Amino acid sequence: MNELKASVLMRHEVGLHARPSVKLTKLAKAFESKIDLGLSPDGPWIDAKSIVKVMATKAPKDSTIYFRAEGKDAKAALDALVTLVDGDFQDGP
Amino acid sequence: MGPLVRLVAAKQEARQSRSAAGEQQALADALEASRLDLTVLAGKAEHEDAEAILAFQIALLEDENLTAPAFARIADGELAGKAWVAAIDPEIATYDQADDPYFRARASDLRDLRDRVLRRLAGDVDQAVPPGVIVAAEDMPPSLFLATVWRDGGLVLRRGSPSSHVAILARSRGVPMLVGVDIDHLENGADAVLDADAGVLIVDPDPALQADYDRRLAEQSQARAAASTFTGPVVTASGEPVQLMINVTGLAELSDIDPSKVDGIGLMRTEFLFQEQEKLPSEEEQYQIYRQMAEWAAGRPVTIRTLDAGGDKPIAGLTMPGDLNPFLGVRGVRLSLRRLDVFRLQLRALARAAVAGNLKVMIPMVTVPEELDRCRVLFQDAIDELRGEGREAAMPPLGMMVEVPAAALAVEDFNADFYSIGSNDLIQYVMAASRDEPQLAELARPSRAMFNLIGHVVAHAKQTDREASLCGDLAGDPQQVASLLDQGLRSFSVAPGALGAVRAAIARYSGKAA
Repeated sequence: MNELKASVLMRHEVGLHARPSVKLTKLAKAFESKIDLGLSPDGPWIDAKSIVKVMATKAPKDSTIYFRAEGKDAKAALDALVTLVDGDFQDGP
Repeated sequence: MGPLVRLVAAKQEARQSRSAAGEQQALADALEASRLDLTVLAGKAEHEDAEAILAFQIALLEDENLTAPAFARIADGELAGKAWVAAIDPEIATYDQADDPYFRARASDLRDLRDRVLRRLAGDVDQAVPPGVIVAAEDMPPSLFLATVWRDGGLVLRRGSPSSHVAILARSRGVPMLVGVDIDHLENGADAVLDADAGVLIVDPDPALQADYDRRLAEQSQARAAASTFTGPVVTASGEPVQLMINVTGLAELSDIDPSKVDGIGLMRTEFLFQEQEKLPSEEEQYQIYRQMAEWAAGRPVTIRTLDAGGDKPIAGLTMPGDLNPFLGVRGVRLSLRRLDVFRLQLRALARAAVAGNLKVMIPMVTVPEELDRCRVLFQDAIDELRGEGREAAMPPLGMMVEVPAAALAVEDFNADFYSIGSNDLIQYVMAASRDEPQLAELARPSRAMFNLIGHVVAHAKQTDREASLCGDLAGDPQQVASLLDQGLRSFSVAPGALGAVRAAIARYSGKAA
């Protein structure tokens, strides 16, 4: 199975804090694929479905978030996650 | 006065030790029960921020990265409670050590979660605070404080400071509270007397002392009852009217106050809209709150202080970390004039709300006249901008806090529509003594120097037909009321919990002693 990658600039005012992290991990868990998150194009990678790990990145405002996904719905997962971060974690569908 | 109840500090292992499988099941059950508790709470949460914290805690419980190490420890022979603590404590430590104050604050969310699961493991149901007890705890989240019926109870905390959010809520509701108490030696269920006026907690008081406090408590509750039925205007014994207003931090405190019993809001501290938040409040959020306050007051003045961050009130993403001497640093208007993005939004929200009622705006920490002039220009710019967008906006009276000695001494030089004396900061700047330093409590008190300054400001206001009020803790101290009236002060703004006592002290005043 091939691995897909995407990246997006996070502009959320306070960075990857509790509320954005909850939204991000919830969305990631909606997909079957294995999804990783990193703050640079070549890792280190952490599990995007884990709130403990995602919060631990302490990603500040204006960080670029990198995702890599592997699985049947990898493409859809990456699209959804990029849309969430790009849309400043607003409530979406 | 009442029995002590210790919160949290859940007993780690009250149960009989069981097999590894039994322990794993117990932990799984406790985690699930805690998740359900939190889900129910989240459904009831009225505030978006409370809901966000609960959602964060729920997400943590659902994360195997947190729970799997606990189950692994049980498999290795550890008991469920110990294993859970061993799994979550390193996480708590990570947050405690974070540089970012927002992350540090999350440590208490994790502690809360740890203790919730421990209580469930010990078979306790969700811990509610019964009325009429003295609660002893490490710290207390404002949400739990607000959810508690305090009546004659009180609160002692190990952490926190007199300026923490929960302390301000306690003052506003007249709940006695002490911080910095060594709670380890307090026994659950012991009788105790909490005398917040004297700053002491007396455990197992002897019968004579208990009787003495019983009597004082009865007197106080009589005075409170008398104060709450009294609705007429506030006058001195010689018949002079005095304006008596309240200090608030948000809409929640107004829900049980009848606006007809006060002369308006003398100080709305906007810091609390900015604290304990993930992001700074938007113009619209601020506008809605300011507007609802003006509507609540129904024509009475509502004095809103622009953001007074810095000093002892850091705000994540706004105040400057590493300020060597925060009280003499970039705080109040100094910060606002350096963070125009944030300040402009607040001025726009205020200009919009000024259309809806009798709004007044005051600027904190003004030191030289140019700062106030600059604020006035920015305010006018915000109004022009709003009108350009086709929105309604108005310029409210723009006043200043007098809390820096330089401003008090040269008050004639400032183009302020009104003055509000901030006694807490003025005292510590005049006396060069921090009010958070217990050893200097004798210095950080009102002095003749302080009363002279107050008299100077009040006299200037009178001469120029402007209003001067006092909104610090000094105004809410019944023992200082006569001295303040002696200086000519005729407008007080106090915590709602102090209304009755201050009203009574004003009514006793029959003029300056010869």
